[in-house]
Amino acid sequence: MAETAAPKTSPETNLSLRTSPAELLSAAFEAGSVPGTVELREITFLTMVGLRVPRDTDAGERIASVTGGLPTTCGAVSGTGDTSVLWLGPEEFLVVAPSEAHESLGGDLIQALREALGDDAGQVVDLSANRTTFELTGPRSRAVLEKGCSLDLHPRWFKTGTALSTEIGHIPVVLWKTGDESYRIFPRASFAEFLGRWLLDAMREYASPEVP
Amino acid sequence: MLLISCPNCGSRDETEFHYGGQAHVAYPENPNELNDREWAEFLFYRDNTKGAFAERWLHSTGCRQWFNMLRDTVTYEIQAVYAMGTPRPAAAPPAAESGTASTAPDSTTTGTAGPSIAATSTATGTASPSTTAPEGATK
Repeated sequence: MAETAAPKTSPETNLSLRTSPAELLSAAFEAGSVPGTVELREITFLTMVGLRVPRDTDAGERIASVTGGLPTTCGAVSGTGDTSVLWLGPEEFLVVAPSEAHESLGGDLIQALREALGDDAGQVVDLSANRTTFELTGPRSRAVLEKGCSLDLHPRWFKTGTALSTEIGHIPVVLWKTGDESYRIFPRASFAEFLGRWLLDAMREYASPEVP
Repeated sequence: MLLISCPNCGSRDETEFHYGGQAHVAYPENPNELNDREWAEFLFYRDNTKGAFAERWLHSTGCRQWFNMLRDTVTYEIQAVYAMGTPRPAAAPPAAESGTASTAPDSTTTGTAGPSIAATSTATGTASPSTTAPEGATK
């Protein structure tokens, strides 16, 4: 039998080898950003957990105590510290936490959520690799999004601190308004390159001087 | 483009939704007792209503929940949005021709239906009285 020695692996080398879904666009994001006007970057490897649990059950309350509450209505975001819970459906939520919360980096968030659910009906699923995160900031970020999103993004309707599932450039995403002029966009990993290029194209006009 | 009022998410574009066909098609109580014709009618035969039509919709890009909607197939007016499993609310303009209008009390009708475009009677009534014979009939 031939020697089939697998290359030596360790958590450290595995982590250094991983690539984020829009990594090939990182230079383009930097070149396409217009500082002070609209900037785009990818936030890599956030920990995301899909939750399916009814809010008004014991399991729901136990999970809420881990995450710092579960949002009650469409668009609401709850959570404590840097762990946020986004409303996706009446019984479906998305937990977004920093990379360090993932168990591969020593975090215990997912384990704590699993224990909180226990044997009750519901789901706690590690979805960290499902979506990637874009951050669009700057005074023109709303104008960029309005080119491909049918939601009313005016601040009187889309308030800071809300997150909605919608489509941007025909790509299904979760759009989270994290600040007055900053948005987080969660596309699925396989759509990240397309949406990244779409956003870069939408941002391009703001690099030119304004036509009087 | 329809603006559809999702019961969970509010008003959203039609592109966020998927159509689920006619609502209130009950699964047969004893599927084994159906003959081929009845089974085919359950599977494939649907109303082709002109006027108020109860149909299922899925908010696929939003909350991913199903709901029922009462929509006028002529005017596209959305007359009611109601939860799955609840009986069909009475159509605001009399839906005589649909045949499936239930007498259940209307609990979730959100908007009163606007004026229905029921101009069929006037259209036929004012058509030319045709008292004169058509040209060439006397030949």
